[in-house]
Formats: sequence, C-alpha cells, structure tokens
Amino acid sequence: MVDTHAHPPQGFIQKYVFSQDHKIIALQYLITAWIFLLIGFVFIMVMRWSLAFPGTPIPWIGRFLPADLAPNGVISGQFYNSLCAMHGTIMVFLGVVPLGVGAFGNYLLPLQIGAPDMAFPRLNMLSYWVYLAGGLLMLGSFILPGGAAQSGWTSYPPLAIINPGQTVWLFGMVLLITSSLLGAINFIVTTLNLRAPGMHLMRMPIFVWSELVAAFLLLLAFPPLEGAAIMQLMDRIAHTSFYVPKDLVVLGMMHKASGGGQPLLWQHLFWFLAHPEVYVLLLPPMGIVAEIIANNTRKPLHGYGTIVASMLSIGAMSFIVWAHHMFVSGMSATLSNFFLVTTMIISVPSVAILTCLIFSLMGGSIRFTTPMLFALAFLPMFGIGGLTGLPLGLTVTDIYLHDTYYVIGHFHYVVVTGSIIALMGGTYHWFPKWFGRRMNDALGRFHFWGTLICMNCVFFPMFILGLAGQNRRYYDPTAHLHDLPTQPLHVLSSVAAWLLFLVQLPFIYNFFHSIWRGEKSEENPWKATTLEWACPSPPPHGNFTETPLVWRGPYEYSPEGLKTDWLPQNADPRSLEAA
Amino acid sequence: MSLPQAATAPAIPAPVSSGVSNAKLGIWLFLASEVMLFSTLFTSYVVLRMGAASWPRGWEALNVPLATLNTIVLITSSVSMVMAYARAVQRDLPGFRKYMAITIGLAYLFLIFKCYEYGSHFEHNEWPSTSIFHAVYFTLTGLHCLHVIGGIIVNSTLYWMSGKNFDHPLFLGRVEAAGLYWHFVDIVWIFLFPAIYLI
Repeated sequence: MVDTHAHPPQGFIQKYVFSQDHKIIALQYLITAWIFLLIGFVFIMVMRWSLAFPGTPIPWIGRFLPADLAPNGVISGQFYNSLCAMHGTIMVFLGVVPLGVGAFGNYLLPLQIGAPDMAFPRLNMLSYWVYLAGGLLMLGSFILPGGAAQSGWTSYPPLAIINPGQTVWLFGMVLLITSSLLGAINFIVTTLNLRAPGMHLMRMPIFVWSELVAAFLLLLAFPPLEGAAIMQLMDRIAHTSFYVPKDLVVLGMMHKASGGGQPLLWQHLFWFLAHPEVYVLLLPPMGIVAEIIANNTRKPLHGYGTIVASMLSIGAMSFIVWAHHMFVSGMSATLSNFFLVTTMIISVPSVAILTCLIFSLMGGSIRFTTPMLFALAFLPMFGIGGLTGLPLGLTVTDIYLHDTYYVIGHFHYVVVTGSIIALMGGTYHWFPKWFGRRMNDALGRFHFWGTLICMNCVFFPMFILGLAGQNRRYYDPTAHLHDLPTQPLHVLSSVAAWLLFLVQLPFIYNFFHSIWRGEKSEENPWKATTLEWACPSPPPHGNFTETPLVWRGPYEYSPEGLKTDWLPQNADPRSLEAA
Repeated sequence: MSLPQAATAPAIPAPVSSGVSNAKLGIWLFLASEVMLFSTLFTSYVVLRMGAASWPRGWEALNVPLATLNTIVLITSSVSMVMAYARAVQRDLPGFRKYMAITIGLAYLFLIFKCYEYGSHFEHNEWPSTSIFHAVYFTLTGLHCLHVIGGIIVNSTLYWMSGKNFDHPLFLGRVEAAGLYWHFVDIVWIFLFPAIYLI
C-alpha cells in the first residue's frame, strides 16, 4: 500500500527490472516482443527451406540441429510440425499482441489520456513477468522430453491429445492468458478512471479507443480458451474424454479413454477466442496508423466518430463470427448461413475505418516521414488482406480455398503487411518519445522499401499457390505431381523471406544505435497534438509535471487564425488569445 | 476549424471519471471474465450431455445430501462475509475479524466436505476418466474448489493485514472487492449444484 507515483524508484533492479512504471514495463514488453517476433521469423525461415528445397540439408544451420529432429541437416516432418505450431503461437500470442497491447498500449495509453501511470502498477509488472514466463516455457518446450507442440497453433483434438509436447503448450497458454487478463483489466480501469480533466470519451485519441476495445476483447474472449484449455489439459493428464470421440483408434491401437466427447467442441471454443483475437492483433495497429496519418497530413482525422463507432461494432460483432473458420469442419446449413451473413456484416466497419483513413489524406499537406510511409503502406496492404478474406467468408468459395495456401496468404497480408508494418511505423513514430532521440531516417527509408517489397514477394505467391489448389500443411510440396508446376513460386517466396530478414538488420542496428547515439529530439518533434507530446522525452516518473487540462479533441491540426498548424489538446485557450 | 474565442472565458475542464473506484471496477471486470470462463464450461456440459447416448441422473450418481449441506455452508459464509464488510464500514476491528474468521472457517468446512465427497468416489473407483459424466463433474466442481481456495487466500490475507492496515483508505475497498468475489464463488456453486447434482 505504497503510493508509487510519489516515490521514484531507486537502484537499477527496482528501476529497470522489477519496475512498476508503465513506461519501463512497456519497453520491456517492446524489446521482448520484438525478440519473440525475430525467433518466430527464424522458425519460418528454416521451414521455408524445406518448402523451397525439400529433402536437401539446410545450409549453415542444419549441422547444428540435433539428429533426431533433422537427420543429416534435413528437417523431419515432425520437426517441421513443431516449428509450424510454435511459429503460429509465438507470432500471435508472444509477438504481435504483446507488442500492440503490452508495449504500445502500456506506454501510450496513460500518456495520451494524461494519467500519471496505470491504475494498478503492481499488476502491470506482474502481467509482464507472467508473459515472460509463459514465453520462456513455450520456447523451453523444444528441449523438454516430448519436444514442442506439433498440432498447430490451433491445437485441434484428437491430434492434440495424442501428440507429445502439448501439455507444456497448454501450461504456457494458461500463463499467457493470465497475463492478458491482468493487462486487460488494467487498461480498462485506467481508461475509464484516470483520464485528465476534460478528457471526455469522445476526446480520446483513436489509439486509446483501439486499446480499450482490444482490452474488452481480451477480457471476454480469453476465458473461453482458458476453459477449453483446462478441458484439454484434463484430457491429457487425467485421461478424460472431453474431446475424445468413442472408439478412437491411434496407430492401429484403441485409444485408452472412455470416449463420448466431441472434437468439434474444441474448435468452437478455440475460434470463439481466436476470432476476437484477430481484432486484438488489428485494432491497436489501426489506432497507430490513425495517429500517424492525422499527424502527418496536418489536418483533422476524417470521421472520428465513424472510426470510434466502427471499432465498437467490430468489437461486438467479433464475438458472433467465429464459425467461419470451421466451414469445412462440418455444420448445418442454417448455422453456416448465419456465420456467412455475420462475416459479411463485420467487414463493413473495417471498410469504414479504412475509408476514413484514406479520406483523411484528401486535401492534406502530407509529410512523407518514415513513420508516414509505413502508415501509408498499411492502407493498401490491409486492403488486400481484407478483400482476399471475403471469399473465405463465403461458404461456397471457402470450401475450395480453406485448406490451401490462399488462407496463409490472406491472414499474413492482414497481420504482417497490416499489423506488423503499422507496428514498425509506430516504433519510428514514438521512438523520440521513448528515448529522447530520433531513429536514422535514411536507414528507416531503406528498411521500409526493402520490407514492403520483400513482404509482398513472400505472401503474394501464396494466393496463386492456393488458387492452384496446393494444400497448406505439407512439409514437402513436391510430394504430389500436381503441385510441381507451382514449385518455383515456393522458391520465390522463400528467397524473399530470407531477404526480408536481411533488410531487418538495418532496423535492428538503427534501433539500438539510436537509443544511445541518435540525433537528440525535443519534446514534440512531430508537432503533434495529443498529450503524450506534452511531457518531456522520455517522460519522467509520474509523466506530467502538473496534471494537464484537456480543452479540445485530439486532432486539431491547421486551425484557423493561429500561427502554428497544430493546436495541442492541453493548450490553454486563454493564453492563446493573449498570444 | 475555429477556435473557441468567445467573449466569456472558456469553462475550465472538469474532472472525468467513471465514478466507481479502481478496485471495484477492476473486480467487476475480473468477475466478467470469470463469468465467461464458467459459461464456457457450462455450455460445454450442455453440448456434451446433448450429444451423449446416455447420461446418468445426477442424484443417483452423486451424494446430494452432502452437496445440500455444502450449499448451506457456502450461503452462510456469504452472509458472514457481508457482516464482516458491515463491521469494517462501522470501523469495528474485532467485529470484522470475528466475521472474517467465520467466513474463512466455513470455506474450509466446504473443502473438507468436498474432500470427503471426492474420496468416496475414488473409493468406488470413479475417476475423471471413468466416463464423460465424471469428467464434467470433477472438472467443474474442481475448478470451483480452486476458486474457494483462492477466496480463502484473499480473505486470510485481509484478516492478517487488518491489524496494521484497518485504517488505510484503500482497505475498505479491498474488503468490498473480496466480498464481491466471494459472492461470485457462491453464485457459481448455486448454478453448479442443480445443474450437476439435481438434473
């Protein structure tokens, strides 16, 4: 029961390791999540060797892999499955969500609403450490007996109940879910209770709205997965049969369980979480893009109210679309029609947000800064990702496309060229606030163009592969004659993936170099209006020297009758008149 | 865009807040997530039971009198929890401690009865793996027991802290939050009891 705002922490451990300051916790999240993204990326680079040149040893890395996983440096199907499951798990639960929510949300949400810290600083610290424990357990599962999970990030039973490694995955997930729940509660209470005077709900920046909706999704969608995971854990440890059908035969042997469960139950519960989770991956990056676009077009965001309403309706609708992931799993026509209709409806608010962001560009005097390049790239890339999703929401086309590479192409366009591009842009945009220095612009532009081109070369061929009918779960795509004509596309995709890694090196160098050696930056280098730019860079413990008063909405750019082209939310109108 | 350049001075921005304390809002949000967790398990129970070829009657397979006794124990503990909070509001430390001790004691009693119940099932060689009915029974009641244990930990911490922190401005809010949680644990049981034992 200590008032943590009043006493700045002393000593290295308290200040940087077990810190309760939301800014330090956010940076811990930031670095950890980027590292996990890199690890997930390394996994896929190894897998892409198997897809491009199946049956040949992996150069350099191959000789370091243990013989049981990769005999003679050629990765086995089992190892490929492990890498695939962990790639998905790491990218979603340890990479993008912690980056969008844990890192960006944690740092910016309290600052943008003018709060000294989160509502529950100790809980905030706890959620980072629980997340890290979950992440390390997931990674550690590779060296535990049984190895890492092999049943995909979706962990469909009965496969997930038979395969080794799954128990550790489930324990890891319980930790990650706990961390997300603690974080979600903290975000909501902070947003509702700690706003500075005058910060009405409809004066909050779009980014704060996106975090608020994402927090509600985490709060209400994660517990069903927790319940589902508890049942799968019981199936594995106590040999219950929640998901085990009667008379299951495994490798010619009767599976030893009473049976009577339903494998489809897991799919329903899993996607009940995982569809809202898609929007947790998307909304914060959308918020980031909105902030960057408003700031760099120097005009108010087009349709603030529409964007807020769209985000809220996405949040509500995302709970009733889940079964469109399961059209090929089998369900009654009535049910699939229902989910088809809701899926078409939920695309409307997403399009509304995208349209508002595009309209915001109209008539603006656009500054092509590095973050703005990323934000501009987000618009068409997310558009491709979204539009290619429509055929997957329609049962007729989905039944053909669902098990093909088309699906992989679709959701990677949404999450990689959408969310991750936006998160990279956000890193360049808020870097001056985090460290008081700017990142190098030339390196940033090189990073941007390289990333954009490589990402498209990685993912676009997948649409063609998918339309050609290639199944997305093979580790050797040359095993079937009908897949051979499209094999060059796999080679293109793989080479682009390895080049994508190379163009990330300047980003990594730029990030760490700029922390200590970057060009010094003032308090508000981008001439922005929101509150995080009203405190020093980096903000001190407790953020604001005095509680800011909020006089107006978040995007007052180019107001009439003023010398400057931006009017911060906290600028006192009485002193403006005097000036 | 026009500036608010009225002749009169602009109104000073007023504080905005939900009007509910952090602790209370936080615990309600936590309970919302708990509702989702237990709804998932209840829904799964319904789906599994509907899909099953046969399902034993709860009152034939389970010990209903003991569960009824446990229901009374848990409801009584909810009452004593309210009394503890009322005493805390009246700044009556010995009264608070007395009713808190009763609440914790009843929670232990619930667990003891539960252990006896589980034990007698194990003696008859009935395990979670025996049938899908037993899987549902052990998992749902087991998860509820974990929540009872969580309540014991929270309430014991408050009892232990009350000597030093009874007058702390946040203490009352914490007792209230713990009370809301404890009532939730009680309500879950009130749904569980008929759903598993009586139908």
